[in-house]
Formats: sequence, structure tokens, C-alpha cells
Amino acid sequence: MKSAMRTDYYTATQNACNLCAPLGAALVFKGIANTVPLLHGSQGCSTYIRRYMISHFKEPLDIACSNFGEETAIFGGGANLKIAIDNIRKQYCPDLIGIATTCLSETIGDDVPMFIKAYQNGCRDEDLPALVHVSTPSYQGTHMQGFHGAVRALVATLAETASVEGPLSVNLFPGMVSPSDLRQLKEMVAAFDLEAILVPDYSETLNGPLWTEYQPIPQGGTPVAALRRTGGAAASIECGLVLSGEKETAGTWLEDHCGVPLHRLGLPIGIGASDLFFASLAAISGQPIPGKYTAQRGRLLDALVDGHKHFNGVKAALFGEEDLVAGLAAFCGELGIIPVLCATGGGNGRFVQTVQSVVPERYHDQMQILEDSDFVTIEKTLEALAPDLLIGHSKGFTMSRRLQRPLIRVGFPVHDRVDGSRMLHLGYRGAQQLFDRIANTLIEEKQKKNHVGYTYY
Amino acid sequence: MPSIPILEERQAQIHRKGSAPFEMTCGKHSLAGSVSQRACVFCGSRVVLYPIADALHLIHGPIGCAAYTWDIRGALSSGPELHRMSFSTDLREKDVIFGGEKKLAAALDELIDQYQPKAAFVYSTCIVGIIGDDVAAVCRKAEKEKGIPVLPVHSEGFKGTKKDGYKAACDALFKLVGTGSTADITPVSINILGEFNIGGEAWLIKKYYEEMGIPVVSIMTGDGRVDQIRRSHGAALNVVQCSGALTFLADMMQETYGIPYIRASYFGIDDMAKALYDVADHFETHPAIMARTREIVRREVETIMPEINRIRRDLAGKRAAIYVGGAFKAFSLIKALRYLGMTVVLVGSQTGNDSDYATLRDMCDDGTIILDDANPLELSKYIIEKQADLFIGGVKERPIAFKMGIGFCDHNHERKIPLAGFAGMLQFAREVHTSVTSPVWQFVPTRAAVG
Repeated sequence: MKSAMRTDYYTATQNACNLCAPLGAALVFKGIANTVPLLHGSQGCSTYIRRYMISHFKEPLDIACSNFGEETAIFGGGANLKIAIDNIRKQYCPDLIGIATTCLSETIGDDVPMFIKAYQNGCRDEDLPALVHVSTPSYQGTHMQGFHGAVRALVATLAETASVEGPLSVNLFPGMVSPSDLRQLKEMVAAFDLEAILVPDYSETLNGPLWTEYQPIPQGGTPVAALRRTGGAAASIECGLVLSGEKETAGTWLEDHCGVPLHRLGLPIGIGASDLFFASLAAISGQPIPGKYTAQRGRLLDALVDGHKHFNGVKAALFGEEDLVAGLAAFCGELGIIPVLCATGGGNGRFVQTVQSVVPERYHDQMQILEDSDFVTIEKTLEALAPDLLIGHSKGFTMSRRLQRPLIRVGFPVHDRVDGSRMLHLGYRGAQQLFDRIANTLIEEKQKKNHVGYTYY
Repeated sequence: MPSIPILEERQAQIHRKGSAPFEMTCGKHSLAGSVSQRACVFCGSRVVLYPIADALHLIHGPIGCAAYTWDIRGALSSGPELHRMSFSTDLREKDVIFGGEKKLAAALDELIDQYQPKAAFVYSTCIVGIIGDDVAAVCRKAEKEKGIPVLPVHSEGFKGTKKDGYKAACDALFKLVGTGSTADITPVSINILGEFNIGGEAWLIKKYYEEMGIPVVSIMTGDGRVDQIRRSHGAALNVVQCSGALTFLADMMQETYGIPYIRASYFGIDDMAKALYDVADHFETHPAIMARTREIVRREVETIMPEINRIRRDLAGKRAAIYVGGAFKAFSLIKALRYLGMTVVLVGSQTGNDSDYATLRDMCDDGTIILDDANPLELSKYIIEKQADLFIGGVKERPIAFKMGIGFCDHNHERKIPLAGFAGMLQFAREVHTSVTSPVWQFVPTRAAVG
């Protein structure tokens, strides 16, 4: 197995395979009820990020901006931040404003926590929204660092240790998954008679119905009150094996400060990872796995056996967000698909090892793992590897077209299909859908290339 | 329905025609905390230079600005497609501390060798000036070593509005203008400025002018080529489209090379025809040009009219809202929508100036809402109040319309179909028709209530 990280020598990034940190933070804040994300920086940051996310979610996506001008960059962004908070309060009456910094405000050294404290001190008699700050300079990490950083900031700012009465609750930090995935996770947790506190939960805010009347902030999301209760939960589950190597996360914060036991799992993609997820829920709740899910698992295994010949020995290239790729690589291993390339734009140093740990050893000598990579590098690598199919987000279409290999769209962004929000990746049902999509794509390829024109496969 | 609040500071940028003396504030930096639909200086520069297909576009800064602008526009090229790549110096934390000049120099060295572009544009993003990079010096050095123009674009996001980005792009373009040979350019010739070849629009327009007997020296920047830009000072006339994006360049070319310019819009039948007649008028000493122009207009209009008339029957009386980047496009859209029998109930732009808004006021019916630098709340408030059937805008406006059950036509740079020219007018009518007459609206709660 070869693995590479572009740290030894510098090359320009050509067609990036990652986005910047404020995007991830803004997405998290969209998953909190009655919340407005606020980027502390230039107008373009919020507009570009809105455009990028709207193309995927196809929903209104207001992200405010403190809108730096030249004077702001010279004298600091404190005054602008104050005006921005004032104006957001007037227009949206939010419960929470999620403030993420940008490269600009970080480079000039704005002390945002101090600005927030000053604001709160200046409005002591008023009913203020919660103000949560996360540091997200675009020159550090990717959108995933922004995402996990914002989740941590929400918990660290709001969690209270007080013991909680009522049903057992579990904090669930699902990572950057689709609204459909989030809905399914909530169902799964509820099936164990546990209350799920999802951070974030944009299953409704970014995949809602048509409106009967205008909603300044779309309905849904995890309430601020629920965030406060995360400190009293029975346990936390944090999804993502790469994330598991991170020292400071929402889960570790709650464990350290509030004594909430932490279960660190992979994203529940495929059979083994979903089994572990259900086992955790069973352990936390003391209840057996509900029949509904054993039935789902049974049908999935039946489909796997029926279709196994389509998969075994097929070569796939996986790319995108680290934990999604790691999860998919594990699932590929279960199907007999060789993940000949696993690539990510992220560069936190744990990706290679994580992927190795989830893929059966017999495939290792056929695999390449690229960390901190970009699409030009990925495409060049793929020319030699000749995969049968690509699994990743829409930005891989360019190389899918050139390499003439089909692309199975997963994750974010899905800009060239209508169902980015509705794609299911997690749990047995998610595995079933991925299985069906991959199998059908492989059959379709065979059918297209076969000159007889069989109507059965 | 609860009323949607409008910020006090925004009141001067919202006008309801006929309700008060017309005073419109515009050209202001967007209000902090107001969710402006505008982008930044960098965006303005990137829009203007993006379609130059044989140039390297290197974005100097952290990854975001390059990632969000990778292959996002429908600006077609008939040849090289280097403009569809996204190149970034991808600055990291240690570069912010120690400076990014070394990375910039290395990136230019690597990418120019790898792609052999005809020129390179280096876009500065927000932090470049703040960390003290001397981008101009790095560019000069690379230019010397590689033997191609390497042009800094001063597009730090916070240094003004999108319009300042247009200007920065024009400054960079102007350095190319005048550096090529004009030897074989005829005295009757034009440059097409401010046309970005979305869905092949520039090709349509160019074909009309060439049929009129007027060679096109360069298009800036649709299907753009560096060598054509270098010799563009040999043209007799600049024909400038779009509110201001390339006007800065037209002004500089007039001053330095004495090339006059006229404004044009290619949207809608009237404005398209006018764009051709005005150019024919300019070359009045060649009467054959005008004769051919009349013939082209007659032929093109005849071709599209039967279907336009059919479409018009379905659209008559429907209400439209328009929110676009440049006000000049809004003028044309108002006319085009009226041509389809529709009324305009809201019109706004991101970057209009005083005279633009005065024109809008004169064009609009009483009661029409006119907006400068609006935000989603304001747009929503007024499209609901005005019961619009159609919203014309870009990607960021689309979900606002759809959530409230209003039809939509994308008229931004991301679209893939040509809406300019006579053929484009027909496409536009079809686009509007497809959305407005869809049966899905019957299921929409807000529309069902209105009936």
C-alpha cells in the first residue's frame, strides 16, 4: 500500500477536494433551532458559502456576515460584529447566534470572545440570544474542522451539569451526514426509548416542506434548551473514526467536564459499523435491538448474498470527507469491493492509519491512500489504478467523465442530482440503498457494454 | 402572517414607486448583519476574468475562495478550457505568519510550466495584503522568467464592493490591451465588452455582428483569449454590455486609444435589435451595414415570433419579480417580460447606481417595489405581498421563490442556456413558461389559499 501526504514539498492545490472551515461551522449552526450563523469577515465568505450549500440542499440558507470594509480591517472588527448582532436580533429574533471567524478576522487578530463579553455586558437588562463563538480560520484544516469545532463550541458554551429528570437522553454527534441520515438516526435512538440530542440536526431546517407562511428561520433543529441538557445525558456517541483521534471534541469536553461517558464509533456505514452503533444504543439503554432493525439487517444480508457476484473483486475509488471515505472503505471491504484509492482533501494525519484499520489486510497491497490531496492528483493516480467505479461527491464528475467510469454520488456536495438531502448512507437501510445503487450501476455498465442486450442479470 | 421586519438602516434602499418622492440610496457597503445577496471584491474580479480560457487563474490565499469558484459558471470556450480549473496557493497557518510569497512564486513556476498558459492572473484574497505579501513583485519576477504576462489582480474581498472588483479586473485587462499587433484589423471593427458567453451567448451576438459585415476583434471576456485582448486596441468601437463591469475598461481604452464606446444589452427583442442598429449607426458611412442589419433583425424576429406568441397567451397578466446583479440587465428584463404580457411588481439589483435607479423608477408602474442590495427577508416580504408568479434571479434567490411556491427563472452566470440574442429571447420565454405553467403550483399551500 502506498500512502502520501503533500507535506514534504509544496505544490499548488489544483481543484480542491475540500472546502474551508467556516462552511462546516455555518452548517452546524443551521442545525440548531432558531439560530442564525454569522461569519465574522468579508461579505463574500457568507455569499459563496450560501451559494455552495443552497445548490446542495435546495433550501433558503441565510448566513449573516459582519461585512468587513477597509476600516474594519485596520481598526478591528469589534464595531461591525456589534452592529451585525444588533441587526440579526432585530430581523430574526434568534435564540442563538453562531459566530464563526474567517481568515480575515483571525489574521488581524480580532478577539471575538472579548467582543462577545463586551456585547453581553452592554445589554445586561435585555433578553439576549445565546452567542456561541468558534474559531474557524480558513487557513487551518478543512470544512470538517469547522464542523467539529462548532459542535464542540456549542456544547462547551451551553452544556450544564445539573442532573436531568425524565427519559434517558443520549448526545449524538453524527458528523456531516445528510438530512435523511439525521432523521434515521433519531428514529434509531428513539426505538431504544432514548431521547436523542443531535448536534447538529438540520434534518428539518435544510430539508423541510413548502411553507404556508414565511419563516425567517426555518423550523426544526436542536433547541438551545436541549444543548444545555447535554451535560446530563446518559452517554455521548461521536461518529467518525478519524474524529476519534481528535483530542478535543464535543464528546471529550462533556466527558471531561460533565462526566458523560463517551462512545467513539465510526460512521455507521455498512454492516459492522452499524452493528457497533446498535450495540452502543443497546448498552446505553439496557434494551435489546428492536425487531424492526434486526429485520432490516436480515434483508440487507439476504441482498448481499443474492448480489455478491456483482461486487467481489470490483475496484472502486473513494474520495471526499475523511470519515465518510473511511466508512465507505469499510463497507467496500464487506462487499468484496477493493477500495483501490481512498483520497481526501483533509490533512489531519490520521486518515491513512484509519483507512488501513478498517479495510481487510488482503486488499492493502492494491490500495493507495491520499491525504491532503486534490482532484488533479487524484485523477492522475486513478489513470494507473483503473477503477471500475468512483464513489464520492459531485465534484468528481469531471474526472468520472474523463476516465469514463461511473460516479456513485454520496456525501456533500451533490450539486448535479436532485436528492443530495435525501441520500441515505447510515444504518442498515443506508447500507441497503448504497448496495442497491452500486449494484445497479455495475449492472447497467455491463448491460451497456454487452452487445447481446440481455434483459436479465 | 407575521409581518417581516425591515431594518431602519435599510429603508433608504427600498422604494415603492408612487408613494413618496424618489430618493434611493445606493453604492453603499452592505450593512453588517443584513444577509446581503452580494458577494465581495474578489467575486467581482473573478466574474469578469473567469471566461478567459487560455489564461491561468491563480487564487492567492486560503483554499475557500478557490474551492467555491471552481467551474461554477456556464462560460463556454471554443478551445482551451483552463478557466474551468481551480488553482490556489492554499495558504496555511505558517504562511500567514511567515508570508505567502514563496508559495506564490512556487505555484506560478509549477503551474505555468505544467499548463503553458498565455498569461496568468493572480487574484489577491482578503489576507494577502495583511500578511504583507508583495504580489506585484512576485508577478514581475515570474513574468520575466516565464515570458508571459503575469498580472496581479487587487481583489482583496473586503476592499470595497463587487464593483471595485470589476475595476480591479479591468485594471489587469488594461495591462494586456495594447501589447499585440493590430496589423490586419480593418477600420470597421468592434470589441464586444461585458459579454461572458454563458451558454454560448457571445457566439450568437458575434455571429450577428459578423453577418452585418463587422469583424469582432475581441470579446471580453466570453470565450476569451489573451492574444485577442492584446490586440483589442485596434478595434474602431467598443460595444459594452452589463452595468459597469467592463465600463471601466471602455473608459480607459477611450482615454488612451481614443476608442469610443456605446452601451448595449442583448436581452429581449427590442434591446437586442437596438444593440445591432446602434452599431450599424456608428458605421453610417457604410450604408450596406444598416441594410444587412435590418435584414438580420427581420429574419430573426420572424423565426421566433410564432412560438413567442403562443407562449404569450399563457403568460399574459402574470406578475414577475426581478433581482439581479446589475441594474442594466433589469432594464432589459422589464421590457422582455412586458413583451410576454407580464407585469413587473418588484425589481432590484446588487450594484445599481443613482442613474440606474432613476431609469428603473421611470420604467416601472406605480406600486412597484424597487430595491438596492436587498436581503432574503426583504425579497420574501415583497414577493409575498405582491403575489408574484415568477422570480428572476440567481441560485441564492431560487429557494426563496420555491419555498413560497413561486416560479423561477435563473438569469445568473451559472445557467447553461443562452438567454441573450433573438434565439435567447425565445429560450427565455420558454424558461419562464415552463416554470409559471407547471401544474405543481396547485399543490402549494400559499398559492392554494390565494386561489
